[in-house]
Amino acid sequence: MTDTPLLQVKGLTRYFDVSKPWLNRVLEREEKQFLTAAADVDFEIRRGETFALVGESGSGKSTIAKMIVGLLDPSRGQILFDGQEMRFEQGAAMRQLRRRFQMIFQDPFASLNPRWRVGAIIAEPIRTFGIASGADINREVGRLLEVVGLSSNDADKFPHEFSGGQRQRIAIARALSSKPEFIVCDEPTSALDVSVQAQILNLMRDLQDEFGLTYLLISHDLSVVRHMANRIGVLYLGRLVEEADAKRLFTDPQHPYTRMLLDAVPDLALSGRRRTPVTGEIPNPINPPPGCAFHPRCPSVMDVCKQKIPEPRRTATGCAACFLIAENE
Amino acid sequence: MMTAEPLLSVRDLIVEFPTRRGTLRALDHVSFDIAKGEVLGMVGESGAGKSLTGAAIIGLLEPPGRIAGGEIRLRGERIDNLAPEKMRRIRGRRIGMVFQDPLTSLNPLYTVAQQLIETIRTHMDVSEKEARARAVALLDRVGIPAAARRIDDYPHHFSGGMRQRVVIALALAAEPELVIADEPTTALDVSVQAQIIDVLKEICAERGASVMLITHDMGVIAETADRVAVLYAGRVAEIGPVRDVIQAAEHPYTAGLMGAIPTLTQTAPRLTQIPGSMPRLNAIPQGCAFNPRCPHVFDRCRTQRPELIDRAGGRQVACWLYDPATQEVRHD
Repeated sequence: MTDTPLLQVKGLTRYFDVSKPWLNRVLEREEKQFLTAAADVDFEIRRGETFALVGESGSGKSTIAKMIVGLLDPSRGQILFDGQEMRFEQGAAMRQLRRRFQMIFQDPFASLNPRWRVGAIIAEPIRTFGIASGADINREVGRLLEVVGLSSNDADKFPHEFSGGQRQRIAIARALSSKPEFIVCDEPTSALDVSVQAQILNLMRDLQDEFGLTYLLISHDLSVVRHMANRIGVLYLGRLVEEADAKRLFTDPQHPYTRMLLDAVPDLALSGRRRTPVTGEIPNPINPPPGCAFHPRCPSVMDVCKQKIPEPRRTATGCAACFLIAENE
Repeated sequence: MMTAEPLLSVRDLIVEFPTRRGTLRALDHVSFDIAKGEVLGMVGESGAGKSLTGAAIIGLLEPPGRIAGGEIRLRGERIDNLAPEKMRRIRGRRIGMVFQDPLTSLNPLYTVAQQLIETIRTHMDVSEKEARARAVALLDRVGIPAAARRIDDYPHHFSGGMRQRVVIALALAAEPELVIADEPTTALDVSVQAQIIDVLKEICAERGASVMLITHDMGVIAETADRVAVLYAGRVAEIGPVRDVIQAAEHPYTAGLMGAIPTLTQTAPRLTQIPGSMPRLNAIPQGCAFNPRCPHVFDRCRTQRPELIDRAGGRQVACWLYDPATQEVRHD
């Protein structure tokens, strides 16, 4: 049964009701308004790999992450963890499943309770899931702190005594404390300086090798994704526009949006490459353009793009949702 | 050969914050020049003093912060000790500012037109009508579609990227000689960032304005700046032409920083790691501020602070490794 992907996401969709209050709608004769944060997203994550979701703000990255860990309910679609469908209303069975995945958040200043000592923060999942008891808890906390490069004496301190990078280490120790197999990392380093980011990224890799972890990495930073991921999904306005092997995505991007995104990354190598200037901005997700949401910015737009939403098609490197791909074949 | 006088010259700038537990020195003998028409990048991690340098130059240090020493000269004329009234005339007129967050640098209660026209008329002797014409031309130049119509919109009608374009238009409205851009693209998405950087670069080049670009993003510097200054713990670690500094960093801190940045082309499984983190202002080590984290540290670094040492190609490095005396010792 090891062939089942650890995580399968099928047709995941989430709407947010952003309508005005009822009376305003009646008086101003307006319809209800919905914001589609994620639409028909499909992907799979295999054991031991790092799957990354990239996209700009409003592309639905964080919404998808929250649905996977159960912080938001999907409007439609399925999430299967190790072949079992996750339904957050079922109690005991869900609790068992819940222990096996954890999340690391973006802002280590907001994700740690300032009134709790670090030891208590890390011990909470251990107690909740009954992994250890009594003096074993403290021993486990000390061990976890050392695993993430802090000292076991740090358990008695409060979060404010640590720098941003150290806090993110504490958040990682907490995530590891329930001995999870799968960790969702939502922009784990975007609040950190580059030299600290390097420390955290290296730590995440070491932990992956040591504990055989599977990561879902959410990031807007293509270089971080390039460094960490095995496979990458590119999101645009809530839809997965391309999914491919990490190396191939960067050398051979298929979707015009992926190409544009890659072109926009500042070039540290100073190769002096000519690039196509980027045009336009992400449209309003409440009224996205009809057809392919990217068509107003696409350099190779065709008539069909304005009418129909492209289905994902197989490419040499993975799959991409673009009408151009069919024409090439 | 006569070297042209720099547009902006900062010498031994010291900024201090008196606190109950003693005076904190946030900038410690910072020196650099910006030539006319040049783009100087200013990089460093949070707390290195990048933004503070910008604030000190335009005289917007938040009290109790104060300039405790050094000189700032604009075209040879001292501006660090001017009366607030005189400084106000320089700010906006001769030095323009672009801040990180375009939403807080625009007044939400006034239309873009009102804000632009006010700025233009404060600094230049033109009629309302002419100011409006100039404002429309500026908005058009920074790439706002249908500028003549959109000028009467309020800031909240614009998207983040468009708002930052408006802020750039505001900063350039009085045709300043120097634009200080403090993290102008940090709040924006990559695809918009590239556009804003291009606009800023083009429009300043067109008007011969110099730019001081403050950012934590080495990639933005690489694409935009002519020269770059690397700050560490309130001191300049290295300053020189962008290509030299990025491709062959001399200061161990710069070298570590460059290795720590993941890039699209690299394949190394691990990033270079600088151990530890930047010291707090109340605990800056003796000698070189970087010495506890430096892989090449030797005795002198722990006691004596290195000054900027001139290197080939107009580069300067504050590191004892490059002191002729050290090198003799090391070769023996």
